[in-house]
Amino acid sequence: MTDLTEQLRERILAASSAAPLCIRGGGSKDFYGCELRGELLETRAHTGVLAYEPTELVITARCGTPLAEIEAVLAEHGQCLAFEPPRFAENCTIGGAVAAGLSGPRRVSAGAVRDFVLGVKILDGAARELSFGGQVMKNVAGYDVSRVMAGSLGTLGLLLEISIKVLPRPVAEATLSFAMPQAVALDKLNQWAAQPLPIVASAWQDGMLSVRLAGARAAIAAAVQMLGGEKVEDGATAAFWDGLRDQHASFFAGMPLWRLSVPSVAPVIALPGETLMEWGGAERWLHSDAAPATIRAAAASVGGSATLFRADSTLKATVGAFAPLPLPLLNLQRRLKQIFDPHGIFNPGRMYAEL
Amino acid sequence: MTAALSPAPDQDDTRRVALLARLLPLLPTGGLLSDPEDIKPYECDGLTAYRCLPWCVALPDSEAQVIAVLRVCHVLQVPVVVRGAGTGLSGGATPVAAGVVLSLARFMRIIEIDPLARLARVQPGVRNLAISEAAAPLGLYYAPDPSSQIACTIGGNVAENSGGVHCLKYGLTVHNILKLRVALIDGEVIEIGTHALDSPGYDLLALLIGSEGMLGVVLEATVKLTPRPTVAQVVMASFDDVTQAGNAVAAIIAAGIIPAGLEMMDKPATAAVEAFVHAGYDLSATAILLAESDGTEQEVAEEMAAMCQVLETSGARDLRVSRSDAERLKFWAGRKAAFPAVGRLTPDYLCMDGTIPRKHIAHVLTRIEELAQQHRLRVANVFHAGDGNLHPLIMFDASRDDELDRATALGAAILELSVEVGGTITGEHGVGIEKVQQMCLQFSADELAAFRGVKAAFDPLGLLNPGKAVPTPRHCSEYRLTGSAR
Repeated sequence: MTDLTEQLRERILAASSAAPLCIRGGGSKDFYGCELRGELLETRAHTGVLAYEPTELVITARCGTPLAEIEAVLAEHGQCLAFEPPRFAENCTIGGAVAAGLSGPRRVSAGAVRDFVLGVKILDGAARELSFGGQVMKNVAGYDVSRVMAGSLGTLGLLLEISIKVLPRPVAEATLSFAMPQAVALDKLNQWAAQPLPIVASAWQDGMLSVRLAGARAAIAAAVQMLGGEKVEDGATAAFWDGLRDQHASFFAGMPLWRLSVPSVAPVIALPGETLMEWGGAERWLHSDAAPATIRAAAASVGGSATLFRADSTLKATVGAFAPLPLPLLNLQRRLKQIFDPHGIFNPGRMYAEL
Repeated sequence: MTAALSPAPDQDDTRRVALLARLLPLLPTGGLLSDPEDIKPYECDGLTAYRCLPWCVALPDSEAQVIAVLRVCHVLQVPVVVRGAGTGLSGGATPVAAGVVLSLARFMRIIEIDPLARLARVQPGVRNLAISEAAAPLGLYYAPDPSSQIACTIGGNVAENSGGVHCLKYGLTVHNILKLRVALIDGEVIEIGTHALDSPGYDLLALLIGSEGMLGVVLEATVKLTPRPTVAQVVMASFDDVTQAGNAVAAIIAAGIIPAGLEMMDKPATAAVEAFVHAGYDLSATAILLAESDGTEQEVAEEMAAMCQVLETSGARDLRVSRSDAERLKFWAGRKAAFPAVGRLTPDYLCMDGTIPRKHIAHVLTRIEELAQQHRLRVANVFHAGDGNLHPLIMFDASRDDELDRATALGAAILELSVEVGGTITGEHGVGIEKVQQMCLQFSADELAAFRGVKAAFDPLGLLNPGKAVPTPRHCSEYRLTGSAR
């Protein structure tokens, strides 16, 4: 438990647009987003769980606190981070998890990082300490700046502290598998999602659909009966879903890796390469050599977007990690950046060249 | 509050006439009201203690008309207050004297319901409950259910980030909106969010939701629909002691249960409600808890048994589990009618909306009672206990001596108490004009400056709903003289 606020503040005061900062927690997501620029500002030593009362369903921690530590503390009380942030390495931090805004398999049912962020304390570009949101479940005082921090890749401020809603771990879980082509899986997943079934996550790859159930014991038993399929042995399920969550599964090896975020009802996207589909069809991972413009256009044509998730730096530099924004939206985002980081010292260009 | 925006009266009149002349041809017949008699119904929202007549009320019936009205107001630099059903409780839709009220009441169309994608595209004036009613034959519903859901509109829900009695499990408006089509003050239309689960760039959707009509005008919303649970059951527990009831709430959560709804009412609230709806509430209890479980039949049976056990262990004197859906709805009808029920007992009431860490429930309720006595007023408490969101209803009679002042002072003291125990001045009703001063209590000058920056990023001239939600530095310096702002 270390408070590094003063040191971090000094580094921010010493930074300038000519000498910007590259904020980094565990560094496990250095690959994510565009090129890293600026002097390294490590937050890993700013650590500690500051408040956690299981009955309040909230945990507050400093940004450098390892995700593993937080999850261990929660597990002691039968609670968890229901959005399942990926752990690309053992040293990943809660600050990095929130800044990256990535969520794991259960996102489709539980919600994303931003849905669980209740409050943040940040240092802005002028090294001022600002707090938004709080530690309570419902809070509509002021604009909801704390949720905007989720996924902003550190471009709006340095996250000092984060308060996050936590949930009880499900009483029981089970995983079913079904052999079926992608189009059929899409149909099934969407039909099931419209029914009150305890489906919390799904994955389809190579003609095999896996469905994860979680909830009350009796509800799981009833759903297993109703859905059919093959019940996966309990011992193997945790490793399977963790493999997806943390991307240790063999599918994720190799580059370029695209992440397509699309409506769950979007049909099979006809692009060459290999696909892994999560989130009931709403997230589609793709290894493909198709032209980036073709991939981005395919995602856009169904109302979604394509992120170049892992790729060599040349390709990322050429096409950007994230799909280009329409000009009016980009302008609004620039103005937001101006408020919190007027001199552009935080992670310049990590999201978009203009931010 | 609006003084800074109002030039001298004669100049004012010229500007008003010029505005009306520009707006009239843009709107359908009967779509522009300016006669004091016609605009009187728009002088306040649910916060009736504050009233103000605007220059006019515009009632467009097409998107193009909304945009045209905004453009004219932008060019003439006239403030615009957007209004849905006007059920808001914080004065978010209170008009500005030298301004336009832009009513979206005519945008009542549900454009599309897609059962497979589980979403509905709706116009901003569609009522909250109308979405669930339209989706019901498909086994789906829109989860956030504010008590005013019969009347309040989705546009207003977006503006306030409305909650309801089921949001501990199902989330607030911000968790249930996928996409918004929004007109900015200069008439530019933007689309934020998608029918996918996320989109690139900063999360503008989170910023727009709960922005109290100050950043943009919602033209269309895509909402998430949730499968209706097969069954739901509610247990009503009576307690002789508020602390016990508060501890029971914590014990339910500690047992790993997230109830679909978890509500508390104190004795005065129960008495008011029972006289109004005859729901069979226990009038002798100091506090009652309503705890709902929903899901599949098996889930509910399992969870309800667990909850009842926790409630008994926590000292509940009496437990009544709903035996039918009709009985369940009856139990809820009382809770949902709490505001009007209290309204029958008193000429006026103020509804507060602080959220506190749950562990302070008993302390806060005791303090509220003390504060009420100090201010010589009565308070009934209804409480979204599951998420710590407290609704003390301060009863008063505005026509009697200084009762309004005392009620306002008591309200402010309750908000200060909420902040003091680590909570917030508003959980779901919004800041509006009612709590704009207390914002100085919860936020530092730098934080408020950041909010003003956000506002300016969307609306540089400050024309959309001026004077609401974010205090000016002057507000805060005045407040500091009387209160304890940061």
